[in-house]
Amino acid sequence: MRQRSPGIGLLRRGVIAGLAVAILLGAVAYSVQFRHGLGVTGLSRAVPWGLYISQFTFLVGVAASSVLVVLPRHVHGRRDGAELVLVGEALSVAALLEAFTFVLVDLGRPERVLHVLLHPSPSSLMFWDILTLSGYLVVCAAVLAGSLLARPGERGHAPRWLVLASIPLAVGIHVVTALLYAGLVARGSWMTAILAPKFLATAFASGSALLLLLARALDATGALPVPPTALARLAGILTYALAATLLFAGLEAFTSLYSGLPGGAAHVGHLYLPAAHAVGPAALMLTSTGLGALALGVLLWPALRGRPRLLDLACGAVLLSVYLEKGLVFVPSGFAPSALGADVAYAPSAIEVTIALGIHAGGALFFLALLHQVLARSRAPAAAPAGPPTVAASAAAGPAMAPGAVVG
Amino acid sequence: MNRALTRRGLLAGGGVAALASVAAAAAPGVGGALLAPAPSRRWALVVDLARCARDRGCSACEQACHTTHAVASPADPRHELKWIWKEPYAAVFPEQLHARVPPARRQLPVVVTCNHCSAPPCTRVCPTGATWQRDDGVVAMDPHRCIGCRYCMAACPYDARSFNWERPAPSARGGTFPPRSLGVVEKCTLCAERLDVGLAPACVEACQRDGAGALMFGDLADDGAAVSRLLAARPALRRRPELGTQPNVYYLV
Repeated sequence: MRQRSPGIGLLRRGVIAGLAVAILLGAVAYSVQFRHGLGVTGLSRAVPWGLYISQFTFLVGVAASSVLVVLPRHVHGRRDGAELVLVGEALSVAALLEAFTFVLVDLGRPERVLHVLLHPSPSSLMFWDILTLSGYLVVCAAVLAGSLLARPGERGHAPRWLVLASIPLAVGIHVVTALLYAGLVARGSWMTAILAPKFLATAFASGSALLLLLARALDATGALPVPPTALARLAGILTYALAATLLFAGLEAFTSLYSGLPGGAAHVGHLYLPAAHAVGPAALMLTSTGLGALALGVLLWPALRGRPRLLDLACGAVLLSVYLEKGLVFVPSGFAPSALGADVAYAPSAIEVTIALGIHAGGALFFLALLHQVLARSRAPAAAPAGPPTVAASAAAGPAMAPGAVVG
Repeated sequence: MNRALTRRGLLAGGGVAALASVAAAAAPGVGGALLAPAPSRRWALVVDLARCARDRGCSACEQACHTTHAVASPADPRHELKWIWKEPYAAVFPEQLHARVPPARRQLPVVVTCNHCSAPPCTRVCPTGATWQRDDGVVAMDPHRCIGCRYCMAACPYDARSFNWERPAPSARGGTFPPRSLGVVEKCTLCAERLDVGLAPACVEACQRDGAGALMFGDLADDGAAVSRLLAARPALRRRPELGTQPNVYYLV
């Protein structure tokens, strides 16, 4: 049935080579940053957190979203879509490793990172964030390893309690990451009770969009057949999460604008009104909101969401929409206007972008390697006599995943 | 059905436990300022705005501070390090502005520095204990413990913290205080090392000696201290009091 196509093999090699080059460039760029300090980035006294911490925040959301395939299988007992559970866990592990790397490259003294464990400070949310993220990483990795390391023919599932433990942890990592921001009296735009729910909504919207794209690619190439009911369930989650995302954004804007409290209103203006900067956050935010609204229209209209092409486009739009808001604008815009009223523009430097792309490439490559194993495993019992089954499957998956993985 | 309910119960229990642990963690920071016994000392700075403005070109406090502590001065303004400096009145007290505040007052230079808040948001967020509040109220900083995460900069509502974006040594202005290293945060320490040997902060000393005598320093826990009597006699502003940080830098108006 499945045949190796030389074209796909070439494409697969090209993707791997491209990712390797990006990783290498990122490493070179980081060596420059390590030597000369964070001054080589676009960060400044006025905007001390930017691209790195943004990517971290976005990736924690991606990592949390595997719960969307774990829940139906392990809490509601649905059998369709069970094959996606390991794909989701692999995505979580790769996203978490990336997230940790982004925190590490953001540190001024990365060699001192163990001070966080040597001098535990429970009053700092960063302490709790590292704790929950590490816990979730261990659980996801254990669940994944339990399945991947089992001998062919064995059921090889991780203990059920471990899988169940990953569910509150998945929600927990993103809630604690939101609390990291939501308790800062200095940053009016972050200090909102709706931040954690908003983070969860955007995570589940972008996560279900990414998983849906992945599942459809795997299904279309024959690498991993996914039942239509499982795809439809993901599309349903996507619709609700996206609607909640847009609702929460509107609610935040309402409270700021209607109350007219100076800090909040100024910040909403900064986000949505074109400013003096050439490509200000307003352009990104308006694009993000527009893409989200368009995608919601497609997802709600039965005649439109039934078309596979349009559904793919809607998923891509949601991913991009969430990435623009959470992966680019959210963090640096928290510092505008500054404590002293200054509106200092922030744009990442070329070195900063190269490092970020390198880390994303590393995460994508690691995810592809894990996926390769997951696909081999999921097909092993049925196709055991047919010989080595994995090459074509992961080859087909490779190029389809790369764009999503790089964006994520 | 029963199984599902049990599982749901388990999940809810996990969520409650997680929230409770976070709340317990936050409590020392949040409740600390309210529950702690009254401190034996509460150092405070008092700035007389009218006196300071008499000598607008003066930067005695800033120079004394930045020389004493060898605060670096990188060429790139985005990488500026400042322990004590001046900002226009309009930026320091935005909540005091109204249509009748004349341009001259809006532009009035106001000395700003770390407020050594009684409820400091910066020390609460530090993940390594590199910044903490001493018993006398000084918000101290150990640059050797700092990992450079800049969470304290995000938490400070007064922009009082600086980061070493560049290697500081080449542009440091000299002095006896050891220079900081690349990649760590630094800030005004209220000259803790001088307080410990009975001296006033360098900025206050310089202002009294070379400046307009606008900076005063003392212990607010002592009712008889000059600063305590001054604040009882004259109305004073603090920066952004609505944030609940309880600044210990006062501005006489």
